[in-house]
Amino acid sequence: MVSLQELQDQFGSEIQERVFRDNRFIDVPAEQLLQLLSGLKTQFSFDMLVDITAVDWLDYEGATDRFSVVYLLLNVDSGERLTVRTAVNLPDPALPSVCSLWMGADWMEREVYDMFGISFTEHPDLRRILMPEEFSAFPLRKDYPLKGRGERHNFPVITRSEG
Amino acid sequence: MAVGLPENIFITRLDAAANWARSNSLWPMPFATACCGIELMATAASRHDLARFGAEVMRFSPRQCDLLIVAGRVVMKMLPVLQRIWLQMPEPKWCISMGACACSGGVFDTYAVVQGVDRFIPVDMYVPGCPPRPEQLLAAVIDMQEKVRRTGTIMGREFVSRDTSSGPSPFDLQEQHRIEDSRLIQLGGFSAAATSTVEGDA
Ligand code: SF4
Repeated sequence: MVSLQELQDQFGSEIQERVFRDNRFIDVPAEQLLQLLSGLKTQFSFDMLVDITAVDWLDYEGATDRFSVVYLLLNVDSGERLTVRTAVNLPDPALPSVCSLWMGADWMEREVYDMFGISFTEHPDLRRILMPEEFSAFPLRKDYPLKGRGERHNFPVITRSEG
Repeated sequence: MAVGLPENIFITRLDAAANWARSNSLWPMPFATACCGIELMATAASRHDLARFGAEVMRFSPRQCDLLIVAGRVVMKMLPVLQRIWLQMPEPKWCISMGACACSGGVFDTYAVVQGVDRFIPVDMYVPGCPPRPEQLLAAVIDMQEKVRRTGTIMGREFVSRDTSSGPSPFDLQEQHRIEDSRLIQLGGFSAAATSTVEGDA
């Protein structure tokens, strides 16, 4: 088990821990993120990145930052799991890419970019992955309406006599 | 009567003969994008056996089909594909919209899901249900055959006359209002805008 003390000693005292029903969450400032994750991979053998996702805290009571980006890590040998969370804000939410650590981060980061508009610097190929290329909004942001802004109906109509 | 007809000869109109042939050999193009597709497969499989109605040969090339069965929700990224498949099918052709999602978007009233394929391609037959049972799809195929027999013409005159879309217009008034509202939210302060700006503009 990696202890909070070890992490704080190595990666700075801003790192915080929270435990909820035996799940451990590590909060880290964006500046130390890459350092922490690469340390977790190389020294503490969290060799699998299970998922990357994000949360939009717009209008959430008591929230201080607009977005959280969440990394779910797994140590395959010991079965230990760890959730690392960091915060980014508008107007230009950006984080370093972790593709160099885990190749699998490629599409996960593209998904976070597609849905939340959080960009990842040094990502090899940061394009939309789910929405069409020409889509301009980030649909999982809370200020984007559920039913969209009419993109879903922006197509030519084919009548029967035309084809 | 100058000439007596032998017993095994019938006289009919060319249209009726063509309709009879067309309606009894429909070639479905399965466009199965979601759960309804499973029910479509069940319809074609041995228990329900679409073959009894002469429509068992599912082709996966639109060039060889004349009945498009849209089974499942269609998202905005898929719609251009669906339209292209429809245009690639040779005449005469028909379309069945199967299930709540294909007909109206179903429960998926979200930014990505098209609210009914009939907004963008012509639809001949709607099958309600989520998913419709195979019997319902069979009923739709039988009705489709009936429709071909009743309205079909060999030159497709019934298609030429359908020059307006059968579905609701892509932008209905409600949607328009909603889009305007969301723009106001974007500009900041929905409540303030709702009381002053909108009335001021109107
Ligand atoms: S109508 Fe129901 S069964 Fe059919 S695609 Fe939609 S959700 Fe699935």
